[in-house]
Amino acid sequence: MSVQTIPVDAGSRARTAAAPNKRRDEGRAGWGLATPFLIFYVLFLIGPTIYGIIMSFFNSSLQHAGLGGFAGPDNYTQALTSSDFWQSMWHTVLFTLMTTPPLVAVSLMLAIFTDRLARGRWFFRLVFFAPYVVPSAAMALIWTWLYTPQIGLWDKWLTAVGISSPPNWLADPSWAMASVALATVWWTLGFNFVLYLAGLQEIPRELYEAAAVDGGSRWQQLRRITIPLLNRTTALVLVLQIIASLKIFDQIFLMTAGGPNYATRPLLEYVYDIGFTDFRTGYAAAASMLYFLVILAVSLVWFVASRRQQKGA
Amino acid sequence: MSTIAVPRRRAQAKAESRTTDWRARYFNWFCVSVLLVFAAIWVIPLLWALDTSLKPDAVIAAQPTSWWSSTWTFHAYQELFNIGNIQTWYLNSFVIALLSAVFAVVACSMVGFAIARTQFKGRRIIYGLIAAGLLIPSQVLIVPQFQEFNYVHLLNTYWVQVLPAVAVPIAVIIFVAFFTGIPASLGEAAHVDGASWWRIYRSIYMPLSKPAISAVFIFTFVWKWNDFLWPLLTLTNTRIMTLPVGLSQVGSAFGIMYAELMASAVLGALPLVVVFLLFQRQIVEGIATTGIK
Repeated sequence: MSVQTIPVDAGSRARTAAAPNKRRDEGRAGWGLATPFLIFYVLFLIGPTIYGIIMSFFNSSLQHAGLGGFAGPDNYTQALTSSDFWQSMWHTVLFTLMTTPPLVAVSLMLAIFTDRLARGRWFFRLVFFAPYVVPSAAMALIWTWLYTPQIGLWDKWLTAVGISSPPNWLADPSWAMASVALATVWWTLGFNFVLYLAGLQEIPRELYEAAAVDGGSRWQQLRRITIPLLNRTTALVLVLQIIASLKIFDQIFLMTAGGPNYATRPLLEYVYDIGFTDFRTGYAAAASMLYFLVILAVSLVWFVASRRQQKGA
Repeated sequence: MSTIAVPRRRAQAKAESRTTDWRARYFNWFCVSVLLVFAAIWVIPLLWALDTSLKPDAVIAAQPTSWWSSTWTFHAYQELFNIGNIQTWYLNSFVIALLSAVFAVVACSMVGFAIARTQFKGRRIIYGLIAAGLLIPSQVLIVPQFQEFNYVHLLNTYWVQVLPAVAVPIAVIIFVAFFTGIPASLGEAAHVDGASWWRIYRSIYMPLSKPAISAVFIFTFVWKWNDFLWPLLTLTNTRIMTLPVGLSQVGSAFGIMYAELMASAVLGALPLVVVFLLFQRQIVEGIATTGIK
């Protein structure tokens, strides 16, 4: 740390002495260091994005090389008038609506309770976060086994408490989505929990002490101090959760394969089916772009809202 | 399990302290009970998978929902290793995750350093372009990326997994933020002494950036290890599959041999649970400070 003070002067003096040369040298070094990343970025992110947009206006197919014939906006009008497209879009939104509230509320509650502990916090952090690092394929195997009718653990427990005919979880169209959503809450809650724990740690303890001296009850402390001071964390948790839920594919593909009878097929699986089973990549690209717009809208709403929040504060 | 008594009573509040202390204790007990119930719910699926995997298939068939078995066996695990695919999948996943993480750390830290600490022309535009990339989910790009790799005949190779995982916008943002926090005078001093920008990056900034490096490394590793949709599309050859894709095939192969199914789930879950146990602090801090999902 002591090094800092001396060289600042020397540095700026040297800089003015040989400014133009230095500048060019620095510019070249900067571009040199940026180049490897930029090559990958252009080849595998910018490039595919642009190519995807172009493809969405052509009758591209995996069965023939190149873009295929120009289709104009046909792919888009077809997607927007397709009931399969809207159905899968609705499943994606439904899954998001089913998972987001519990994943935010329950993780907040558990984090608040855990934060009060003097000892053993690490234990709960471990327990709640551990499922998050389990691959989706392993999680799906475990939960499919738990949900197995009659011989699964959940059915055994439900019959034990007197529910004699539990639903056929993953095979019943009206229960399949809720079953996957429940498994997802178990699987990913730990991430939000950890974000909330970090947010709680930043609230100064003195605030609670002051509130206690003034005679505020636990409930008032929670409502007047904890929840308002966690606003920023909640906004972050909420937007990350909505976007993550909108990206639903793995669990549904693995546990119900989009069924029964397409009753749970999310949008990404629709793109997967169209592009890689029907080989209609142009149309699949158009559906991807429409899906992208939904995610983009969520990100932008969050961006504008957090800007406003910052200005207000 | 005792709990923090958050409010420390002052002398003047003594009168009412007895009743509130009493209430606080009950509230604390309530919190701990709720936590323990949830913790039990969270542990049971994993324990149940482990339990099932260690029972003979005959016992499962006779008493599928019993936690107890008269005999315990590693038969299901032996079976999996005898088939031999799972070792290959472990190796594939490991190589892919490792290469991705190493390349991502190198490429993203270099560009991060260039943006944060050198005044090259156009760096604002570049940074804006990278930040815009945050908005593009990789899932949206599966169709054109598939075409791209199909065109250059790289499907069913490690490269189809590693190459798209190198340029990660969020990793650049993390490095830029971290490098900006290191005093600029450090680099300037070295530059006056004749050090090249590459050396300043390599020998001054990188050694000081272990938290950022480990965050990016761990997250790229975990992301690629658990990645599913992209490998599912691009790795159709059993010999080149990653663990999650392989496991998704196991499901249909073993049908109702639950011990084998759960043994493969346990083997699939194990490596990252161990990684998490070893790096718990770094992972949790990484999430708290970056919010990478």
